[in-house]
Amino acid sequence: MNFYLTYVLVATALFAFTALFTLFALYSERKISAFIQDRLGPMEVGKYGSLQAFADILKMLQKEFIIPSAADKILFTLAPIVIFVSVYLGFAALPWAPDVIPSSLNLGIFYIFAILSMETIGILMAGWGSNNKYALLGSMRSVAQMVSYEIPAAIALISAVMISQSLNMQEISIKQGILSPERILFLGVWDVKAIGGFLAWSIFQAPHLIIAYVIYFIASLAECNRAPFDIPEAESELVAGFHVEYSGLRFAFIFLAEYSMMFLVGMIGVILFLGGWNSPVPNIGSIKLAAWTTGIGWGIFWIVVKTLIVVAVQIWIRWTLPRLRVDQLMSFCWKVLTPLAFLCMLISGVWRLTMMS
Amino acid sequence: MNSALLNVIKTVGKGLRLTLGHFFAASESRKVKPVMDNNYFAQDSGTTTIQYPHQKLPLPEVGRYQLDVEIDDCIVCDLCAKICPVDCIEIESIKATEAIGKTSDGTTKRLYAAKFDIDMAKCMYCGLCTVVCPTECIIMTDQYDRSTLKLNEMIYKFSDMTQAEAEEKRIALEKLNAERLAAKEAAMQSTKDK
Repeated sequence: MNFYLTYVLVATALFAFTALFTLFALYSERKISAFIQDRLGPMEVGKYGSLQAFADILKMLQKEFIIPSAADKILFTLAPIVIFVSVYLGFAALPWAPDVIPSSLNLGIFYIFAILSMETIGILMAGWGSNNKYALLGSMRSVAQMVSYEIPAAIALISAVMISQSLNMQEISIKQGILSPERILFLGVWDVKAIGGFLAWSIFQAPHLIIAYVIYFIASLAECNRAPFDIPEAESELVAGFHVEYSGLRFAFIFLAEYSMMFLVGMIGVILFLGGWNSPVPNIGSIKLAAWTTGIGWGIFWIVVKTLIVVAVQIWIRWTLPRLRVDQLMSFCWKVLTPLAFLCMLISGVWRLTMMS
Repeated sequence: MNSALLNVIKTVGKGLRLTLGHFFAASESRKVKPVMDNNYFAQDSGTTTIQYPHQKLPLPEVGRYQLDVEIDDCIVCDLCAKICPVDCIEIESIKATEAIGKTSDGTTKRLYAAKFDIDMAKCMYCGLCTVVCPTECIIMTDQYDRSTLKLNEMIYKFSDMTQAEAEEKRIALEKLNAERLAAKEAAMQSTKDK
């Protein structure tokens, strides 16, 4: 019976983490956007406005549940749950440190991609259930965008999986550092198994994975519905897109899903391309920096830091680039990203056969 | 196609560099300097927010914001109320029975101001009333922030007479008028009698 307790504890810890991360990301997004625009951002609640996100969520918890009279009540009520749960379940297969993974699935990355696609259904439910033309337009755009961008994202991930030869997220992480059971070749020529550090990361094992990572990063922005790919939410055209009719706690859940998704896609990219929980500092001679900074605590520290940097870049891009038009979005996905991703996959196969055999 | 893609990469890089520059420049924030300062426009980076209730830009003493009336200098000529484009000044005068006194520039005062209200919610800060005032008793000040919870608190009352005093002056005036009328009638009666 004890393992049930463990399941509940792990799930609660993950939920607490996503909630805390959302509050932190909300605050940092407001601050970063403010600094980029030469403003100060929230300053009144707490020191430098640090409690602003808590104040916002407190306000949201007190709000009334409003269901539009013409809405489809079942779909409208279920949609935020479907959206959040599908993102939340994605965290189940992500490794945090050596031996720390909620569920070590052999099909890890495949499972995550399958479960993330469920979010699309939730968004369509929200848009259709609201019975609002803006919400429906937003959700249609969102579905079209997410289905399209899953293809380059998945193919870019496959080109990394071909290098590491595993779908298990934990094994992919192990194969990018000093704990690897097999040898690691930096750029396919120099054995860096004993040195580790950033030299052993996937993107340096096979340099074309840098392009694959950029493709994955761009596609992941589109999958989180973030600027410059935020046409599903397009404030200036669609008010708020698919969540225009939501208020209070339901809106909070959609928000929570959106920010957890940012962290999730950032973390997938970090695990597959940027070494996961492995230390970025290499062993230099007798100074065993990599060996000293590998462990459970260090693992969690490194993966959180790396992912937060990726999230910061996502925020930075959002406050720099204007929104793409629908046709630009589609032609960028199908004419640029998808062919490039296929090219990366091809190079991965050739690289695996010639340089790593 | 390739040149278009290259252009995208170049322009995106340019934009990202620009925003990153602003992000790091935000460690510096704007100094609160008055507009009279020679370096008022000198700062070209950093955050520009002035946290208003905590920080205020110093204003010149001759700032032209909310109106103020020096009621001792007012001769209640009603010119300001007449010229006001939005009719925000309301004056009620009572004729005095004799000269009340002199203003600071030597004009004799002959009217009491029973009521001198300015509705600041209506005022559009054109300053015409200060131009027409013969004794320069209505002026604009450097005070600009006054927010109230009730709208009628935006009506500034400048008259220093109490209700009872005004009533007393009104009765005195009526009494004088009645006496004059009586005197006039008596005079007419006497001419008729002759």
